[in-house]
Amino acid sequence: MNGWGILRGMAETMRNFAGSYRDPARLATIQYPEVRLPAVENARTIPFLVFDDNPATGLRCTACTICEQECPAQCIYIVKDTAKKPDYLGKMQLQPRVFDIDISVCMGCGICAEVCPFDSIQMDQVFELSASERFSSLLLHKAQLAKPNEHFRQIHPEEAAATDQRREAEKQKAEAKKAQAAAAAKTAAPVSEGPR
Amino acid sequence: MIQLSQSRNGACAAPLSVADIAGAARIFQPEPAAVETPEPPARDHACLEIAMGPHHPSTHGVFRMDVTLDGERVVKLKPVFGYLHRNHEKIAEQNSYLAFIPYTDRLDYICALTSNWGYVLTVEKLTGLQVPERAEYIRVIVSELTRLINHSCLAGFLLQDMGALGTPLMYAFREREHILDLFEALTGSRMMHNYLRFGGCRCDLPSGWIERAQKTVAAFTPFLDEFEALLTGNEIMRARTEGVGVLAAPLAVSAGVTGPMLRASGVNYDLRKADPYGIYPRFSFNVPLGAHGDVFDRYMIRILEMRESLKILAAALRDIPAGPIIDPKAKLRNLRPKAGEAYGRIESPKGELGFYLISDGGPTPYRCRIRPPSLINLTILEDMCLGQTVADAVVILGSVDIVLGEVDR
Repeated sequence: MNGWGILRGMAETMRNFAGSYRDPARLATIQYPEVRLPAVENARTIPFLVFDDNPATGLRCTACTICEQECPAQCIYIVKDTAKKPDYLGKMQLQPRVFDIDISVCMGCGICAEVCPFDSIQMDQVFELSASERFSSLLLHKAQLAKPNEHFRQIHPEEAAATDQRREAEKQKAEAKKAQAAAAAKTAAPVSEGPR
Repeated sequence: MIQLSQSRNGACAAPLSVADIAGAARIFQPEPAAVETPEPPARDHACLEIAMGPHHPSTHGVFRMDVTLDGERVVKLKPVFGYLHRNHEKIAEQNSYLAFIPYTDRLDYICALTSNWGYVLTVEKLTGLQVPERAEYIRVIVSELTRLINHSCLAGFLLQDMGALGTPLMYAFREREHILDLFEALTGSRMMHNYLRFGGCRCDLPSGWIERAQKTVAAFTPFLDEFEALLTGNEIMRARTEGVGVLAAPLAVSAGVTGPMLRASGVNYDLRKADPYGIYPRFSFNVPLGAHGDVFDRYMIRILEMRESLKILAAALRDIPAGPIIDPKAKLRNLRPKAGEAYGRIESPKGELGFYLISDGGPTPYRCRIRPPSLINLTILEDMCLGQTVADAVVILGSVDIVLGEVDR
């Protein structure tokens, strides 16, 4: 009786050892730098800022500082610019002069992307972020954080498609409203000029 | 009167007195007893004091045991914790209700989703939000998957403490990877999920997730059989665990021990049955109970609990309905619950995890108190270790199942 349990355990180990050669499902690891796992759509690491068309003028961020207030680790730093720029609906919006994220503090929770009302801040999937200098190279500025909408479409296809669709609908609605207002102004103009 | 018979070469011939067994006396007699306690017998040799930790592989993190040894036997043990103190309760009081959810992930970093649930359950009690059906099912599924992760890894760590370096732990980690893949597909992160929200969940299940989860759950039973074939019958493992670190039921109850530790001592207390939360009353599962309260029972309870979790998972994955995943009244930002207080508790894999919140109507909690199960379970470490050898003390600590992130907060 004594030793039987140990032998049984050994048999189990041998079965696993042989199985790891025979059965690909038993291979738990991959040869990392050469082989990479396919990206997972939902995966998130650090935030980035989305821009449409042009990184200098197309940044969606309106410097509302909601992400700065909600960030649990308080790693976002925003300074508003005095100059305004038109957004995708043609409305004049503020823009950030400084937008820094300290990624050595960021814990990648994704709350900033969740609370952003302008679809401006999203979660990236880069994970090879090590740097030889630990202060300035881990403090990302606006220029480093800005990434095109194509990048967002690439890493989160479903979410980006839904966002694009919603924004397009909003844009069309705004344009229709503007056209309607313009038409109304045109028809109203002769009436208002009439009595003079 | 608790006596440990000692007869080792006449060194400590007289039985140890209550004063010697300080831990047992502490639990049962909070006030110093009026009766005169006899002086401990003079020894003809000095006892050895060792600080095990804070950097010791057996302490599962930064934790120190100040042990006093008489030969190889433990005569005194003082758990010292606080090395990983990160001020979570005060962080909760300066952050908004939403911004504390990622911090709950970091309490017990092996089972982040149950910590999430404990916190959002408390805030839901405070605000009166209703969780939709589908979200309740998702919560049960992720929390039972977390239980599988925790218990299988714990069994691996426990065996590692006994000297089975690697094999059982790596088998457990292999299965854990499959569950972490599921979590990554669902929540976006492998360990720090930040998934549950007040009144529901952050996002819906991705397409095909339920089928993947069913496959993983179905593959877990063969793994458990394999794991048990490897370990449960192993003579060395039984010799190291049977009769070691016995915790009597009355002591466990009076010390506030919860979770598998308490059930291994034979006390039928599982919050999923005793104070049901979520939709647990809908599932039929058993609460396994131990008879001896030793390390082997604690190991066995966890294996049996995993089998019960698989039953719950199979039922939940089968019955999950379609529908919304969050209460439409739920607010993400600017949550200001009415002034009041709430205590929410759940059966985390380690025991009763409680959050106590006081709101003064402001955007941040006025006070947040976390009741971590592993801290309370750790307080009776001395009572279990007295009279045992120092190698057994390591195994007993392993069987308590501590995560220092939660102990020190």
